[in-house]
Amino acid sequence: MVENRPLGNLLSHIILIFGVALVVFPVWVAIVASTHPPGTFVRGVMPLLPGPNGWENYRTILLEGRSRAGTPPVIGMMWNSFVMAMCITLGKLAISIISAFAIVYFRFPFRIFFFWIIFVTLMLPVEVRIVPTFQVVADLGMLNSFAGLSIPLIASATATFLFRQFFMTIPEEMLEAARVDGAGPFKFFKDILLPLSITNIAALFVIMFIYGWNQYLWPLLITTDPEYFTIVMGIQRMVTGGDSEPLWHLVMATVVLAALPPVLVILFMQRLFVKGLTETEK
Amino acid sequence: MQTKRMTFPSQWLPYALLAPQVIITLIFFIWPSARALWMSLLREDAWGLRSTFVGLDNFRRLFDDPLYFNSLQVTGVFAVGTTLLSMGLALMFAVMVNNMIRSRDAYSTFLVWPYAVAPAVAGVLWWFIFNPSIGILPYVLDMVGYDWNHRSSGNDAMILVILAAAWKQISYNFIFFLAGLQSVPQSLIEAAAIDGASRAKRFWTIVFPLLSPITFFLLVINIIYAMFDTFGIIHATTEGGPSQATNILVYKVYRDGFVGQNFGSSAAQSVILMGIVIVLTVIQFRYIERRVNY
Repeated sequence: MVENRPLGNLLSHIILIFGVALVVFPVWVAIVASTHPPGTFVRGVMPLLPGPNGWENYRTILLEGRSRAGTPPVIGMMWNSFVMAMCITLGKLAISIISAFAIVYFRFPFRIFFFWIIFVTLMLPVEVRIVPTFQVVADLGMLNSFAGLSIPLIASATATFLFRQFFMTIPEEMLEAARVDGAGPFKFFKDILLPLSITNIAALFVIMFIYGWNQYLWPLLITTDPEYFTIVMGIQRMVTGGDSEPLWHLVMATVVLAALPPVLVILFMQRLFVKGLTETEK
Repeated sequence: MQTKRMTFPSQWLPYALLAPQVIITLIFFIWPSARALWMSLLREDAWGLRSTFVGLDNFRRLFDDPLYFNSLQVTGVFAVGTTLLSMGLALMFAVMVNNMIRSRDAYSTFLVWPYAVAPAVAGVLWWFIFNPSIGILPYVLDMVGYDWNHRSSGNDAMILVILAAAWKQISYNFIFFLAGLQSVPQSLIEAAAIDGASRAKRFWTIVFPLLSPITFFLLVINIIYAMFDTFGIIHATTEGGPSQATNILVYKVYRDGFVGQNFGSSAAQSVILMGIVIVLTVIQFRYIERRVNY
């Protein structure tokens, strides 16, 4: 800072505190709502301070779900979300890093053509071509399975580009030295490229785990069997499925549980997260 | 496009390494898109038994359809509203956080985490806060004489989804603006200060122009986000209503395809949307200065 101006700083702090309040407020309301008994939401205005029913609400929703509205216990949905997110993340990382390895360390016919095929995936988000993609997955018999939930989403141009960019910065001498010492492509990949890429892998992992966990439209279509419901899509069923007004205390408990894992990932790996975000978009 | 100077000599290995990515892309990206293109030229009869080739008729019908124009308009308002609101707030917060010394990390942590919240979850959160019977904000608005009801008022519903979409996106924009601000050379700002330029003047004549590449980049990214990644917000809350007031294009594709079973029209809409994404992606990659230093 160039000069010291107490008044200006105070104003900045006030605006930032307002900003933090704006960002935190909806979640605070959700946490508070998830600790109240159902009667609180019948009339009047929603509470702003925690109630006594938190333990009970979370136990109900985690272990019993809402059988009447057709939502299974949340713990199962969280597990499904976790499995789906992990499949998507690991799948994306694995196929992207080997694609980038092929593009950077080999010279072969149609290399540019393959590069463009991978690039095209950026231009075709799943939301845009949802009907035919659903039909393809249905034709392949992949509805209601983790394969159907994850495989169609694991092609990743951004991860491939990031790894490619990173590989380009690795000094030529590395490969020359490895070749002189008699290392083949597999050994070079395993003993040199992988260890060097660890930070990039971790940063991408954070971004992609969040992406995978937060999938909504895709699981909504692919799963009809409650056994495969994921938590983010399950919330929608709790809000609209069932009778008149949603059971807010249970809905909000589910909302908190749905947001918790990815938020924790960001809070604990903030530096990696920021790195992953700014580097993939470059 | 370059490779390394020295490469491995294998004939088959690169193809094997590329195979998983390319096969998935072909089956789950290229093939469905080609199918959408083909289906957009067909029309099924009322029982879905036979489809006939109708050329560009599905597109012609779309452009004659007032509902489609309404959806285009709604998408425009939604995208512009979301982008301006979240970028404006994020820029303001980033500038202020950047001036802080000790509290910078603390504020950043608080502003960054909503990125992790799924759009559908963000939608449900704001939907709850704005619930006409028990929500806190309608209660407050009632005191100043505004009768909030997003179930009957299209304007209220639009404000609701814009707030939810913008709220979630603030963290993303904040991270990029802060990274951009940190790469502005301190010496420039000091020189201007010595010449007597005020804080505001320094910001608008030095910092903001230097941020313009990143602002433009975020503009494109935010429009893409608002148009394509906000399906969950709409679906979990307003479901396009009331009376089509929040029926954005991606939601309409889904509705007409899965609920209305109107595959020809839905496919034609898909094709138009693909065209939009392709244009936006090309802009993003061709015209954006991506040598910003973070």
